[in-house]
Amino acid sequence: MRKAFIKKLVELAEKDPRIHLLTGDLGFFVVEPFADRFPDRFINAGVAEQNMMGMATGMAESGLIPFVYSIATFATLRPYEFIRNGPVLHNLPVKIVGIGGGVEYSHHGPTHFGLDDVGALRVQPGLSIITPCDSQQLSAALEKTWDAPGPAYYRLSKNEGVTVPGLDGRFAIGKIDLITHGQDALIIAMGNAAPEAAKAERTLAQNGINATVALVSSISPCPVEPLIESISRHRHVFTVEAHYINGGLGSMVSEVIAENGLNARLSRIAVRKNPHGSVGSEQFLYERLGISAQSIADTVVSCLNLATR
Amino acid sequence: MTATQRVKPALNPEKFATEIRRLVLLESKRAGVGHIGSSLSIADMIGLLYSSVLNISEPGDPERDRFILSKGHAVLAVYAALHLKGFITRDELGTFCNDGTSLCGHPEIGVPGIDFATGSLGMGLSFGVGCAVAARKTNSSRKTFVLVSDAELNEGSLWESVLFAGHHKLSNLVVLVDQNGQQALGYTKDVMDTSSVENKFKAFNWDVHVVDGHDCTQMRDTIDKLDFQSGAPHVLVCRTTFGKGVSFMHNKIEWHYLPMTEEQYEQAMTEINSSDA
Repeated sequence: MRKAFIKKLVELAEKDPRIHLLTGDLGFFVVEPFADRFPDRFINAGVAEQNMMGMATGMAESGLIPFVYSIATFATLRPYEFIRNGPVLHNLPVKIVGIGGGVEYSHHGPTHFGLDDVGALRVQPGLSIITPCDSQQLSAALEKTWDAPGPAYYRLSKNEGVTVPGLDGRFAIGKIDLITHGQDALIIAMGNAAPEAAKAERTLAQNGINATVALVSSISPCPVEPLIESISRHRHVFTVEAHYINGGLGSMVSEVIAENGLNARLSRIAVRKNPHGSVGSEQFLYERLGISAQSIADTVVSCLNLATR
Repeated sequence: MTATQRVKPALNPEKFATEIRRLVLLESKRAGVGHIGSSLSIADMIGLLYSSVLNISEPGDPERDRFILSKGHAVLAVYAALHLKGFITRDELGTFCNDGTSLCGHPEIGVPGIDFATGSLGMGLSFGVGCAVAARKTNSSRKTFVLVSDAELNEGSLWESVLFAGHHKLSNLVVLVDQNGQQALGYTKDVMDTSSVENKFKAFNWDVHVVDGHDCTQMRDTIDKLDFQSGAPHVLVCRTTFGKGVSFMHNKIEWHYLPMTEEQYEQAMTEINSSDA
């Protein structure tokens, strides 16, 4: 998704000289197309994320549109208070780009995981949170949101070449995307968990369970009405995210269910424990942490079986 | 307030600073709040900047110079200056710390003339770095001034900004350090010694000037000679006296916090008025 991001950013920057790219000394073999095309609009801010975020705030106040690029946790949690007191408090168009949410930095270990970024940022008013599910959708999301007046957080997968079947590059703020339609369960997935959710749906279908899969790429603003509409049609709802259990998609859907008096049983499929101690590939971690396609399918089957007893 | 109602300041920097001190005493007494010593410490710097350095004809002018009070707790001195500039009315200044006011105890956006909300120390310089970078990227001659406290130098994030600005030679950026030697719970030499701040900035490739933070002529002469077109970013290490102008507040830790009693207010105002005689 990183290459698609840079390709689209270069395209947008051709049209608007306000766009600048700041990186916290990351993006080898990623940022070069922008840096080569617009050397005066590219800043390697060094390994100093707090200054980078504050600097982006000052640049945005001065009329520019800075994109701030780093690994998800370094782009969000290290400069968190700078985000709060900077672009959020001043409502400035600083565009934060976090790479590798969840456990995509796999063997790099837990210091590089982004399991709490969405939860931490979702509490900030006026900050758009966009979690594209594949590269095509990312391009559409950037096209539709890059010049919005307020701040935004784009949580991008570092995996390239992922395409979620049925999504076809659709994106709209405050909406969800239904890629399958089934009456037995509703599986709601966020961003880079979408491929696992889609695979789980196939597995379930082969076992006679038909699920609707809804993808959420607009976390803030929350797609309240579309969620109500889909949840209202199902008795069993599952959320899937590469994120800690609290604060992210599952919490958001819980709020929608509770605040709107919806009659649905929710099971949150997310990371429930500190991931230290045993790392490996992303797929290994998905299995270990219970967010792989098989884990999702198993959870759905288990919950449906319990409900029919 | 409309543009035609605004008055250009006719006061010289010293008179401007004295008026700031009077307003700081008046409004902090009326509101019953502290941070008086910190505001008095920077009154001369603020008086100089707003009377004769900052190029700000209108608060919303995109080509205005930027000023960021990174030590936001001393904002009453800036509100007073904004009133003397004609950006906020006397009635508005009189709402300081009232219910429903936007003039709170730390700078808040929405107040005409306040560019950035500050108060969490160690952030203001990064905002200023961004303003300076943006001015350079857009070929603008506007300058950015950031006032930080010596206690604020405790913040690691500030040194990220110092390192960046030195490396990128942001010559359109000026930092003023209010070196009054105090912080909330003690003297800086006892908490985290920042007495050699000029050497630290030199090591980060800044253009360093040590001045008397209460001598407007010396500060003005120094700023007049700065090269804003090329070379290093500039820092004026301003040696100041905490609570300057009110003898019983001088270098006393408690005046970071305390509001004044009636008697203290009378004495303080008498001292400020006599200095202006």
